[in-house]
Amino acid sequence: MLNKIYDWVDERLDITPIWRDIADHEVPEHVNPAHHFSAFVYCFGGLTFFITVIQILSGMFLTMYYVPDIENAWKSVYYLQNEVAAGEIVRGMHHWGASLVIVMMFLHTLRVFFTGSYKKPRELNWIVGVGIFGVMIGLGFTGYLLPWDMKALFATKVGLEIAGSVPFIGDMIKVLLAGDTTIIGAQTLTRFFAIHVFFLPAALFALLAAHFIMIRRQGISGPL
Amino acid sequence: MSNNRVSRRQFLNYTLTGVGGFMAAGMLTPMIRFAIDPVLQHKGAGDFLPTSQKVAELTDTPVKVSFSFEQVDAWYKSEVSAMAWVYKEGDKVIALSPVCKHLGCTVGWEGSPSHKNEFFCACHAGRYTKDGGNIEGTPPQGPLDQYEVEEKDGLLYLGPIIPNTLVKK
Repeated sequence: MLNKIYDWVDERLDITPIWRDIADHEVPEHVNPAHHFSAFVYCFGGLTFFITVIQILSGMFLTMYYVPDIENAWKSVYYLQNEVAAGEIVRGMHHWGASLVIVMMFLHTLRVFFTGSYKKPRELNWIVGVGIFGVMIGLGFTGYLLPWDMKALFATKVGLEIAGSVPFIGDMIKVLLAGDTTIIGAQTLTRFFAIHVFFLPAALFALLAAHFIMIRRQGISGPL
Repeated sequence: MSNNRVSRRQFLNYTLTGVGGFMAAGMLTPMIRFAIDPVLQHKGAGDFLPTSQKVAELTDTPVKVSFSFEQVDAWYKSEVSAMAWVYKEGDKVIALSPVCKHLGCTVGWEGSPSHKNEFFCACHAGRYTKDGGNIEGTPPQGPLDQYEVEEKDGLLYLGPIIPNTLVKK
């Protein structure tokens, strides 16, 4: 049945080359943990992506209950965690995954560094990777405020002071993030929500696409 | 054909790029203006707010003076409480903002038993002298801000926050 559907579509759209391009490629021996167990270090990039997918999915589901409003944000988080079935698990996935994605990304960076994979011709992919790192840190920073508890508020206060310490344009960046010159409040929360849920993920998708296209174009770097 | 002549292909390229540019600008301008509005908004100077502190009762030891005011945060209005460290220097009333100039924590007068006669920030052990001057070698990079002060009917009124005027550098 499935085969027939596939053949029917393939006959009309010739989709086989498309998915072959995406999925069908050699995995060299030196990156295959089945050959050399130490090659597991080559899994960290894929694991980072895997956790990123979990973050995107769990985040999408969290917005079904969350409201970015200073009266109700904390209450909605409390509700979705304690009253909704599996809420503790879904929020837990997003909470722990946020830390894990940074850890995995760091390990991936170390692997790339110590295997020298950033060298010519892969310099551009390292640069894009640094961009992804920045976006991930931004996602962590903006997501931290959303539960609107005391820890979130004070962490954001400190984070905004750090943003404000940028030479010349620091104050502008601070107001742009906080939405007000002095108050960390209603406008800060809606802004951080918008940045966390729309702007940074959009940037992340673009950078990840560039990261993966380059990797398929250039192949995995050779053995040490 | 001379080099200066514009070919049909070039002409179409220029016009389509131009029109496309205008369309993109027409979409992006309102969105960007919308996003940066808080940066461009001008805030009027704040009024003087009453506190319950009698000026006559102030001494040369800083005391915590709490006060509250109605804060308008876009669509959200609320009663907010804040505080200042207030003391008298001779006849002059001095009110210092308790916001640490390092990363914005709240400083306390003699907040650490080992540092007498100083403001102390518990977050990263920032220290300030009584006039708000930051002590060299601790995290803060500048002196504590000051409130403008006024006396009305014997009560202390606090105005806008201004940069420290007491510390000479």
